[in-house]
Amino acid sequence: MTKVFGSFVANDHIDLTIEPGEIHALLGENGAGKSTMMNVLYGLYDADGGEILLDGEAVTFAGPGDAVDAGIGMVHQHFMLVPVFTVAESVALGYEPTKSLGLIDLAEARKKVREISSRFNFNIDPDALIEDLPVGAQQRVEIIKALSRDAKILILDEPTAVLTPQETDELISIMRQLKEQGTSIVFITHKLREVRAIADSITVIRRGKIVGEASPESTEAELASQMVGRHVSLTTEKDEADPGDATFQVRSLTVVDKAENIVVDDVSFDVRRGEILAVAGVQGNGQTELAETIIGLSEPRLGSITLDGKDLVGESVKNRLGSGIGFVPEDRSTDGIIAEFTIRENMILDVYDRPPYAKGLNLKAAVIDDEAKKKVEEFDIRLGSVIDPIATLSGGNQQKVVLSRELGRELRLFIASQPTRGLDVGSIEFVHKRVIAERDAGTPCLIVSTELDEVYGIADRIAVMYSGRIVGIVGADTSREALGLMMAGVPADEAFAATAAPDENSATTSAEETT
Amino acid sequence: MTTDTSPAAPSPAPPPSAEAEPGKEPNLLQEILSGSWLVSVLAIVAALVLGGVLIAVSNAEVVEAAKNIFAAPGSFFSTLFSTVGDAYSALFRGAVFDWNARTTERAIRPLTESLVSGTPLILTGLGIALAFRSGLFNIGGQGQVILGATIAGYLGYALHLPPVVHMLIAAIGGIIGGAIWAGIAGVLKARTGANEVIVTIMLNSIAGYLLGYLLKQNWFTHTTSANPQSRTLDDSSHMFMLLPSPFRLHFGFIIAILATIFVWWLLERSTIGFEFKAVGANPHAARTAGISVSKVTILVMIVAGALAGLGGAAQVLGTEFKLTGGISGSIGFDAITVALLGRSKPLGTFLAGLLFGAFKAGGYLMQSQTGTPIDIVLVVQSVIVLLIAAPPLVRSIFRLPAPALKRKES
Repeated sequence: MTKVFGSFVANDHIDLTIEPGEIHALLGENGAGKSTMMNVLYGLYDADGGEILLDGEAVTFAGPGDAVDAGIGMVHQHFMLVPVFTVAESVALGYEPTKSLGLIDLAEARKKVREISSRFNFNIDPDALIEDLPVGAQQRVEIIKALSRDAKILILDEPTAVLTPQETDELISIMRQLKEQGTSIVFITHKLREVRAIADSITVIRRGKIVGEASPESTEAELASQMVGRHVSLTTEKDEADPGDATFQVRSLTVVDKAENIVVDDVSFDVRRGEILAVAGVQGNGQTELAETIIGLSEPRLGSITLDGKDLVGESVKNRLGSGIGFVPEDRSTDGIIAEFTIRENMILDVYDRPPYAKGLNLKAAVIDDEAKKKVEEFDIRLGSVIDPIATLSGGNQQKVVLSRELGRELRLFIASQPTRGLDVGSIEFVHKRVIAERDAGTPCLIVSTELDEVYGIADRIAVMYSGRIVGIVGADTSREALGLMMAGVPADEAFAATAAPDENSATTSAEETT
Repeated sequence: MTTDTSPAAPSPAPPPSAEAEPGKEPNLLQEILSGSWLVSVLAIVAALVLGGVLIAVSNAEVVEAAKNIFAAPGSFFSTLFSTVGDAYSALFRGAVFDWNARTTERAIRPLTESLVSGTPLILTGLGIALAFRSGLFNIGGQGQVILGATIAGYLGYALHLPPVVHMLIAAIGGIIGGAIWAGIAGVLKARTGANEVIVTIMLNSIAGYLLGYLLKQNWFTHTTSANPQSRTLDDSSHMFMLLPSPFRLHFGFIIAILATIFVWWLLERSTIGFEFKAVGANPHAARTAGISVSKVTILVMIVAGALAGLGGAAQVLGTEFKLTGGISGSIGFDAITVALLGRSKPLGTFLAGLLFGAFKAGGYLMQSQTGTPIDIVLVVQSVIVLLIAAPPLVRSIFRLPAPALKRKES
């Protein structure tokens, strides 16, 4: 099967066979062509070559409707649900069972939801509103929806991206159940741990081509190097932190959003010079707002933010940047770069009016150009020319541009939200190295991340956020299970008690130290 | 699952998928600005061809010949081509060089007339273009021109100052008038989020009626005449002529050149322009980078209004020499077209302003010599706008390839 976008070959003669009742993992970096391929399979895109065989027969899908009729169901990475619909309505959407006169037979839809829900212990109320459900449950609704159409092949596109570790475990057990009932599952991911946990067979895709099959017994490092095409180290090497003074302090910070919901709730913590504090938590628990409040994009209702003894509350973003904060925003394409601007311009986006880039109102084009070329060198950014629009770069290289801008000056505090989101393994390694180098230079670093691997990879201490509060600040040696419980809102001591006892001592002592 | 067309589901800030096509549809403004120069040129060509068709069907001789098209096709086509050719050659002679003129002066005068007509269009067009580049649809060129002309004109006859000084003071008055008028829209947008398109359109009407009211007040017009117009401006306030009579080319054209260079510097070489463009291209990223979006919004409108006000000042101080209700003509609206045709680039706007100035100047001769209605020029201008607003249309007419897709290959 081949799919071409313009001159870009997203899928190059891909052959894939999925056996009945197996869980087939499709492993590849972002941009490798996994989602494209599944979208072709699901009838969203037309293939430019090749064919799809179902039970030995060639089929063509004009749209998702045809694919569904043929028994293929898909759960998208971003759920396709209407927030104000009930579960039953959502499941019925598009294939509404009708009574006479064209009335929607919601009773029938409800019955179906209950039936599937009880078969797999989903525990979903058909009359609950989608917007009231947690993310994991919304995902289960999507799965019910696919199953209610008698899907024989279920495609799950990056299903764990928005889940807590516990929800991920639940999903994995659901997948096992489905498999036992004879459903084939195509599981698209770039997370090695999950692949090893569940897949029966693994296909690795790189740059639109299949580079090989792997067995679930392979080590993570083997899978990673197969995915990236070269050897990568998964653990970031770093020395013990040598923390200095707590130059950055947040006290009783409370932030409310436009709808008067408390999004950051009485948060206090310190970050010391030369240490990395990672803020872990499931997406949407106030981490984003915390980072944005520190940089000044929103103002807190209560509390103080102190850097080097100076209260930042009320200062403009520009002044805060001026006092030595480097900020890598969470959403790179919206907040971090200006797609139409050149790479060179993006490198000065928040320092354009400072020396050496400007003198008075004049931009110094020659200096900007020289500095840009130096940074390209230093950060190993792969590009054609610094005057190309940044939109021509890959996500990893765009992020390197952002980092080169934020780390390219003397900092008193470094904040990064999801610094490696959407990046390939090679780029992640690079980003982590740079962050640790900044720490070693004595800068307090605050890293917000929803990826536990990342948190463990770079953190010296971990603050876990749940619904706007910091549940606890614990050492980097805390177990994954305990952290997972804390991410679901369980207080640190209970989480430690609930998990393995040997962890307890070391972890609680570090928690006491830091709070 | 045909729900794929339904609004995005509420997964709390899902991680952006680098594999999906860039989700953000380019907005209209970016679409217009990113079109190629070729599209601009082809839009002009297509508009002229369509104008030719209209000239033909509005001409009695061509219509008559068309009735006998099967009997005498040759005569139909010769009439057709001669009619359209005559009209366009008159347009050209009226706008650039009149080879039928008796004296050299008269032969080259059309070109200077085009520059005269183009001057206010360039200045106002620069104001519109600057706002476009900063992500603001300034539709208020007309109101800003009127305010600029009103204040510049009033200072021109109410004050009595030495030459040059008087002219400069009056011109600065025009700049301030336009800046304030556009600044109102800027402040409202920045403080309350009021849509600048609606506010500037309303301000156009207010400016027009304000001038109409003032022209009926004797204290304002400095005349006792019942006509709604002002006293003639003092000679000292005139923008001095660059060439001797009968040429009307005045200092305003030099100002237009300087303004073009200024806007180029502002947008390409200054920190202020960097902020303007950043806010225009991505206000979120601009805000994150510490740029105050509301401050920039106000400043952009003030600078844009200042340029348009200067355009109004140039019109009254350099060409009209008195205030009338129709002082602004359709400069404010033509300037939008000029900025669009010029891709909102300073040089492009300058050239587009000259082209539209030439249309204006040439239209008169075309009407008087060939009887072709001057409205054809308006049609041509309008078609240019239409085609520029829809680059894919031009591409399909001329079978151009679609621009290469910039895609992220992460």
